[in-house]
This record gives sequence, C-alpha cells and structure tokens, in this order.
Amino acid sequence: MNSFYIKRTARSVLTLWLVVTLTFGMIRLLPGGPLVRLRAQLTRQGVDPGEIDGIIESYQNLRPDQPIYVQYYDYVSSLLLGDMGQSFRYGEPVAAIVGDALPWTVFVMVTATVLMYALGVLWGAIMAYKEGSVFDSVSSALSILGSTVPFYVFGIVLVIVFGYQLGWLPTRGRTSVGIADPYTIDFAVDVLRHAVLPIMSIIVTQVGLQALSMRGNSIQLLGEDYVRVARLRGLADRRIATRYVARNAILPMYTGFLTLIGFNIGGSVILEEVFTYPGIGYYMFKALEARDYPLMMGVFLVITSVLVIALFVADLTYSKIDPRVQSGGSSEAY
Amino acid sequence: MKRTDSESEFSFETSESNLEVSRSQRLSDFYEEFIYKPGLVAWSDWRTRIGSLLALVYVLMGTVGVMVYRVPNSNQSPRSVQPFQTLEAPLGTTGSGVDVLAMIIHATPPMLVMILSGGLFATTFAVAVGTVAGYKGGSVDRVLTTFADIAMSIPGLPLIMVLAIVFNPTNPALIGILITVNYWAGLARAIRSQILTLREESYVEASRTMGVSTRRILIKDVIPNIMPYVLVNFANAARYVVFASVGLYYLGILPTSVRNWGIQLDQAYRNAGALTGAGTLYQLVFPMLAIMLIALALILLAQGMDRVFNPRVRTRLAGESTSVDSEDGDETTVTEVLN
Repeated sequence: MNSFYIKRTARSVLTLWLVVTLTFGMIRLLPGGPLVRLRAQLTRQGVDPGEIDGIIESYQNLRPDQPIYVQYYDYVSSLLLGDMGQSFRYGEPVAAIVGDALPWTVFVMVTATVLMYALGVLWGAIMAYKEGSVFDSVSSALSILGSTVPFYVFGIVLVIVFGYQLGWLPTRGRTSVGIADPYTIDFAVDVLRHAVLPIMSIIVTQVGLQALSMRGNSIQLLGEDYVRVARLRGLADRRIATRYVARNAILPMYTGFLTLIGFNIGGSVILEEVFTYPGIGYYMFKALEARDYPLMMGVFLVITSVLVIALFVADLTYSKIDPRVQSGGSSEAY
Repeated sequence: MKRTDSESEFSFETSESNLEVSRSQRLSDFYEEFIYKPGLVAWSDWRTRIGSLLALVYVLMGTVGVMVYRVPNSNQSPRSVQPFQTLEAPLGTTGSGVDVLAMIIHATPPMLVMILSGGLFATTFAVAVGTVAGYKGGSVDRVLTTFADIAMSIPGLPLIMVLAIVFNPTNPALIGILITVNYWAGLARAIRSQILTLREESYVEASRTMGVSTRRILIKDVIPNIMPYVLVNFANAARYVVFASVGLYYLGILPTSVRNWGIQLDQAYRNAGALTGAGTLYQLVFPMLAIMLIALALILLAQGMDRVFNPRVRTRLAGESTSVDSEDGDETTVTEVLN
C-alpha cells in the first residue's frame, strides 16, 4: 500500500520534471526557437549587442554564454524558487501575472465542472430510470446535440445573444471597472454576472456526454444480480436508487471528473479569449500572440502542474472511495 | 509413451490445417463477416445511417465539391450579400465579397486530411502501446504505462498551442498528428486494461503454450477483439481533431495559409460586426453548422458502431439466430469527454 503512494508521488514529480525539461529544450535548443527570435528582435530594436545577453538573462533566467548544463541548472533552480522569468509584453514577473490570474480561472472552471457533473449525474440517472420513454429519447438526442458544439463556439453564441443582442450580461472582463471593494454583495453579484456565460458554455456542451455515460452505467447496474436481489428483498425504490445504483454508477466517473477539471483549465486558453476574461488562459493567449515566451512557458507549466496534481489526487483518493480497488496488483510477465 | 503423445498431438495439428478453407471461401467469409453483416446492422441503426450519410456529404464536398465549386476569392461577388438571395452565392458573401459557401467547401479537404491523420496516429499508437503494455506485463508494462501516464498529464490544448507556435506547421496531415500528440495516451490506458483480461483467455493461453510468437498472438488473437472499441474511439479522436483544429485556427495560432472554418469564425466574429447584430450573423452561423454537422456525423457513427460490434445484435439482425434477446440497452461507453 505504502509503495503505491511512493510510486505515484515519484511519477508526479517525474512528470513535472520532464515537462520542465521539455520547456527548457523548446526555449533553448530548437533552431529558430524563442531565444534566437528574442535576440533578433533586440538587435532590430538597436539594443547594444553587449547588453543583449544581460537582457535575455533577466527575462528567461538563462545565461547564453554558459554551457548548456549550467543554463539548465539555473533554469530549474529558479523555477523551484518560483521565479518564472519576466514577461516581454507586460514587463512584469510571470509569477505575479499567473498568481493574479490563476484563482479566477480555477473559480470559473471548477464551478463549471462541478455543476456540469452534478447535472449530468442527475439527468443521466433519470434517463436510465425512465429508459425507453419519450423523455429518454428526447434527452439522448439533446445530449448528443449539445456535444456537437465545441464549447468555445457555444461561448461565441452566448456572447452574441446575451451580451450584445439582449445586453443582459457583460461581454468582457472579470469584474466591472468601477467596483473595487471585494467584500460586498454587489461585488459578488458582479463577479457572478461576469462568470456566468463561460460557466454556461462549459455546462451546456459537456453535460450531454456525462449524462449519457451515467445513463449507460446505471442501466448496466440495474440489470446486476444484487440489484435484483435488493428488489426481491422488497427494499424501497429510493434506497435502491441511491445506495445500490447511484453509488456504483458514479464511481467510474470520479477519475474522469478530476481529469476534466484539468482539461477544462487547459481549454481556458480558448474560452477566456472568447469572453476576454483575464484568467491564465487569456494571458497564455496574449503571450502566444505576442510570442512572449517566458509568459507562455510559465502559464504552460502552471496549467500542467494543475493537471498533474488533479490526476495525483484522483489516483490517491480513488482507492479510498472504492474499496474494491487494490492498489498495485500482480501481473505475470509474458 | 511420451513420444506417441507428442506425435498424436502433431498429427492432430496437421489434420486441422488440412481442413483449412480455400482462398475464395475465405474471401467470401471475410466479406460476409466484416462487410456484409456489419453493413446490414449499421444500416438498420438510424444513427449509423444518418452518421454515414452525413460523413459522405463531407467526403463528396471535399473531393467533388472542390472541383466543381469555385475557389473563394475577394470581390468574386457583390459584397455583403445576404444568404439565399442569389444562386451565384447561395450562402451570401462577406464584407470583402467572398462567397461563404466557397469558403466552407474549400476548407473541407484539409479538415478531412487532418481527421484521417490525427485519428490514425492516435489509434494506431494507442493500440501499439496499450496491447504491448497489457500483454507483456512486467517491466515493459511499467515503462509504457509510465510513458502514457506522463503524456496524459500534460494538458492537450496548451501543449498543442506551444508546439504549434514553435514548429509553425502548415501541412494538414502534420497538424492532425500534432493535435493528437498526447490524445493517444488515455486510449492506450483503456486498451491496456482490456488486454489485461484478454490475455488470460483460454485461446490466447493455447497460442502461448503452442509457442506462437508474441507478435502473432497480438495480431491474430488479441487485437481483433479490441477493434470495435478502437473504431469507436477513432471517431472520438476525429471529433477532437475537428474541435481542436477549429479552435487553433480561430485563435490564429496556426498559419492561415490553410483554409479552415475556424478562420471564418474568427473573421466573422471580429470583422463582420456579427456581434452587434448588423445582419451579418449568417457569416458566423454557416461555418458553425459545418462544424456541428461533421461532429454530429462522428458522434452518431461512434454510437452506432458500438452497436454494430455488439455480437448479439449483429447475429440477430443478420438473420442467423432466431433467439429473441431483449434488446440490451445501448451501453454507450462514453469515457472521453474532451472539449
């Protein structure tokens, strides 16, 4: 049991280390890569060639004249200290930009994913319960229809309809300009008004597939022997539905749920651009646009860390939630 | 005693191979088993029927349509024509006089290439990693699983974006592979866990005892069993490629030299004033419909195929079995919920 935790932790650390190395490689080694472009850009701007190395060092924590392993050591050690370099575009430390933006992205995406998941489970359970009815067929069709739209395309539709055509909700930003005091009801309402459209676009486009998989799981479980036996024992429908079916149907979706949060935070790059919502995705897009490599790589590292942590938590907690799962396992090699 | 035993076993084996069917018989069996019956079942299911018809429309659009219909160019028609007004530009024109329908049609071939290359790359790679890891077990499994786990924990979209910026690819086939650069990992894990049960099946064990090579066991005994699952996931991967590529083109991260519906969306959203409702909404709606319908085709195909490969449904519809199984609820195994 203990060796499982150790292995799992080691794998997470290994993943993060590999991603850091990958970003370092992309920054440093690729022909025509970021450093070459940055150097060309600085030369074009007429910066004194003697100063260029110093500027590059301050932006990226790299000393171009040093051997590659020293550069690598510098890069990794400054990352460990939380120093991700300085953004070209904003002229601020990347860590400060990310620190400001990350909570907003996490707020929107976690709220959206949790709500979507809850709705999906409920909807799927009702569909399974009324299998073959008109409600079931209509719901199945609707959930398929919902998943034909990419979330960001639905986001565009929402902005146009609710933002511009009807004018009910703001079309950009995290908060309105005038509101400053963070501990008032007005502020909370304002934050929600800005977040509701991004959240909606995630829910509407993803809930269908969740509901369908919940429906599939439940229908399968309803045919299981122990559910039949429970019926024969005369247990109340409600008890069977919640204790016997729902629990087991939700289980396989649990890991999917945590990974989905990670995926959605990755998807924030497109979504936040559509809603001009300054979370980390928005800054990553701006960095991509301006070829602002320190910011781009910084956000990429942060998003990766979030996903790695989400998967780590999912793996560690799954065996707690589902006692049938034995960590590790014996497998003979052929 | 021992000797005769092994001899009798040997003769048993040869007599078995004498029973082998002729080539034409095998061909017709193959046709019966892999084309006729699945086709019949596929056609009987409304989802696959609509899905394949829709897919056919896109294939026709990407092959014949491109040759028949004109290439989009600015000022090829009067500017800002509303849709359904003239036959010259049935879906209207943009502010710079580009035919909207021409843009949609000519964006299809690169999209089809992307779907094919991305889907093929993701599924073949996943099958290779998943089957070998699951079947071999031991240290091979550990290495491959760790590899897949690491690939899985790197967020897809940001990774693709960074790679797209660094490599700046213009070839649609390459873009397809780039988009699925770590999509295969989840599928490989799922395939591995299916193989873990398959490897204990008696016929696989029999092959193993007979000393059949691992390669042959994998190809002959193991992989055919997971093909249905792989095909369903090919459709899912294809949908992911559509969504991701449109997103990348919409953001302007990929070079705009390749035509894509995402570029159209971007132009409509930005330039055409579609936002303020100046009557240019159609420029946004038509590329959106193109994306939705191809996604619908792929989802319907995936869900329908799930049933096609359900052996019970298949034999019943092909008229071989008279048993009246209650139609088992289509257990749609929707595990990938990307985008």
